[in-house]
Amino acid sequence: MSFTLKIVLAVLGALGVIVVVTSFERPPVNVVQVGQRGTAMELVTNPRTVAAQLPRHAVPEPTPPLDAAGQKASEVYENVQVLGDLDANAFNRLMIGITAWVSPEQGCNYCHNPENLASDEVYTKVVTRRMLQMTKTINASWQAHVGQTGVTCYTCHRGKPIPEAVWSTDPDPRRTRGIVASAAGQNIASPAVGLSSLPHDPFTPFLLRDEPIRVTGTRPLPHGNPATIMGAEWTYGLMFHFSAATGQNCTFCHNTQNFGKWESSTPQRVTAWHGIRMVRELNTSYVEPLRPLWAANPHGPPERGDATQSRLGPGGDPWKVNCSTCHLGASKPLLGRPMLADYPELNAVTLGPLRSASR
Amino acid sequence: MAEYQNIFTRVIVHGPTPYPGVPLPKGDSPRTGPASFQRVLGKIGDAQLGPIYLGWLGTLSIAFFLVAFVTIGLNMWASVRWDPVQFVRQLFWLGLEPPPAHYGLRLPPMHDGGWWLFAGFFLTLSILLWWARTYRRARQLGMGTHVAWAFAAAIWLYLVLGFIRPLLMGSWSEAVPFGIFPHLDWTAAFSIRYGNLFYNPFHALSIVFLYGSTLLFAMHGATILAVSRYGGEREIEQTLDRGTAAERAALFWRWTMGFNATMESIHRWAWWFAVLCPLTGGIGILLTGTVVDNWYLWAVKHGFAPMYDPIVPGMADPAAAAGAMR
Repeated sequence: MSFTLKIVLAVLGALGVIVVVTSFERPPVNVVQVGQRGTAMELVTNPRTVAAQLPRHAVPEPTPPLDAAGQKASEVYENVQVLGDLDANAFNRLMIGITAWVSPEQGCNYCHNPENLASDEVYTKVVTRRMLQMTKTINASWQAHVGQTGVTCYTCHRGKPIPEAVWSTDPDPRRTRGIVASAAGQNIASPAVGLSSLPHDPFTPFLLRDEPIRVTGTRPLPHGNPATIMGAEWTYGLMFHFSAATGQNCTFCHNTQNFGKWESSTPQRVTAWHGIRMVRELNTSYVEPLRPLWAANPHGPPERGDATQSRLGPGGDPWKVNCSTCHLGASKPLLGRPMLADYPELNAVTLGPLRSASR
Repeated sequence: MAEYQNIFTRVIVHGPTPYPGVPLPKGDSPRTGPASFQRVLGKIGDAQLGPIYLGWLGTLSIAFFLVAFVTIGLNMWASVRWDPVQFVRQLFWLGLEPPPAHYGLRLPPMHDGGWWLFAGFFLTLSILLWWARTYRRARQLGMGTHVAWAFAAAIWLYLVLGFIRPLLMGSWSEAVPFGIFPHLDWTAAFSIRYGNLFYNPFHALSIVFLYGSTLLFAMHGATILAVSRYGGEREIEQTLDRGTAAERAALFWRWTMGFNATMESIHRWAWWFAVLCPLTGGIGILLTGTVVDNWYLWAVKHGFAPMYDPIVPGMADPAAAAGAMR
C-alpha cells in the first residue's frame, strides 16, 4: 500500500469517526416493551438526553398562599370580569403568579396601565382574560386529555409572553406562479415535519380545520375508503409533529403493523385523539377570535421589553397552539407534575361572556 | 498463491488497436464516437471505451429521456424559486408531483400535475425505445434476447406503478411522484394507506427474489473467483468440458449443502430470480387498492397473519362512542 493511499485512508477513517460520533447518540439506551412481543412496540429513551432536558421541564416554586382577605376581588377592584369570585388576596396571588409565568421581565405593566390597573386599554389584558377562560376550559372540559394534572399559564408560556413553540399557517413562499408545477405544500426540508419532505403545514388542515386524519382502510377489500396516498402523506406529517412534540416514537400510541386499529393501540392514542380535538377548540374558539387585537398591535404592548417578536405569523394570522406548545418534547408537559394543584384559583375563572371583548 | 487471492480485476487484456465490432448490414447506422483504451476502466471491466451504437432508436430514446429529465429538473428548480444554492442543497427533497385526486384521469393544468404527465409520457417513451434497442442490438449480434426480456420485467413494474394501476384506480394521483425523498414518502404512504404492504404475498415474493438474487450473486461470484486459479472464469468451456475448476466448485457446494448448480444452470437461477423480483412485485402493486384495501386485514382473513390481542382491555375508537365529535 502506497504512503499516499495510507494517508487518504487515515483521513477518511477520521472523517468517518467524526460523522459517527456527532450523528448518533451513544449507547446504552433504555428500552421498555409496551406491546405484544414481535411487534417492536418498544419505548426507547436515552437517559442522558432525558437528564439534559430536565431543566427545561422544571416547575417554578409556588407562591406561598396568602391569608384570606375576606372580601371578593370584585368588591375590592374594578372591572374584574373573570376572577371576581376569588378572595381578593387569592386574586393578588394569582396576579403575581401570572406575571412570573408570562411576563417576568416586563412585569405588571405588560398588561396593565400603571396609572389605572382596572383599565382595559392595554390589549394584552383583554387577551389574558380570554386566556384565563381558555385555561379553565382545558381543565374543566378536556380532562380526557389533561387528566387531573391540568394546565396553568406556565404550561405553555414558560416565562415568555409568546410561548416558545407556536405555529401559523404557512403562506408557502415557494408557491410558484404561472405554468410551473406547484410543490403542493411539500418536498422541502421542513423542521415542522422532522426535516422530511412530507407536507410541511399539517397544522392548518388538522389542528385548525377538522379534515379527516384517518387513511387506513378498516376492511380487507375495497369499500369506498376515500383516503388518498397524498392524504396519507399529510397524516404522516402530523404524526411527525406528534412524535417530535412528545419525544416518543410511533409505538407510543400505535401497533404499527396496523395503524388504523384502535383495539391494538395503546391508551395514549385515545388521549392524543382528545388532544387533537382540544387543540382545535383552542385555536378556533380562543386564538383565532383574538386576531384583531394582535393585528392592531403587531409588535406587542408598549411595555414589551425584549419580546419584540411579531404577534402575527408571516401569513398575517396569529400564532397558534399545537402539541409542542405545551409538551415541548415531553410526553407529559412539565413531566406530569401537577402545578395546577397549587393554584386552585385558576379553576374559579368564570366562563361567561366578556363585557369588553373587543375593548 | 497470493496472486490468485484477489477481489479486483487483475488481468487487463487488449489488442493493439480498439476493436470496432462486427461489420453491420445495410439499414443499420454506423457506430458513433472514437474508440480508445482506458486503464482505469480496465480495472473494473473491459479497457476499451467506444464506439457506441446509437441508431435512431437510441438517439430518440436519449432525446426523450432528456426532455423528461429537464422537465423534472426545471420544475424542481422552480419550486425553490430558481435559487441555485437551494436547488443543490435540497435536491433530494425536491419533487414533481402527479395531479391531485380530484382530476381523476382527466388532463390537469400544467402547474397542477400536467408537467408530471408530460415528463412521465416522455420517460415512458424513452424507456420503451431503449427496450426495442436492446432487443434489436441483441438480434443483430446473433444473441438471444434474454437481456431485453429481463429489462421488460423491470418495465412491467414501472408501468404498473405509473400507468396501469392509476388507470385501474381511475386517478393519476395514485401514481408515484418524481424525486428522491418524494418517491420514498410515496412508498411509505402507499403502504400505510393500503394497510401494510408487508402482508401482501406478492410483495413478500418480490422480496424473496430480491434477497435471493443478492444471495445467488454472492454465491456465484464468490465461487468463480475462488476457482479462478483453475481457470474457473472460463465458464462456457467449463459447461461442456468440466475441468478441475468446475469439479471443485461443484464439490464445494455438494459437500456444504448437498446439492450444486452447474456452470450453466447457475445463470438460469440468477436470471429467473432477477426477473421474478419485479414481475411478482408488479402483481402485488396491481392488486393493491384495486382488489385489496387493507393487506393486513386481508392476511388475517386468509389465516396467514395473527390478529393481536388488545394491549389493554376495553380499547375502542373514541369517535365511535355515542355522541362523540368526529
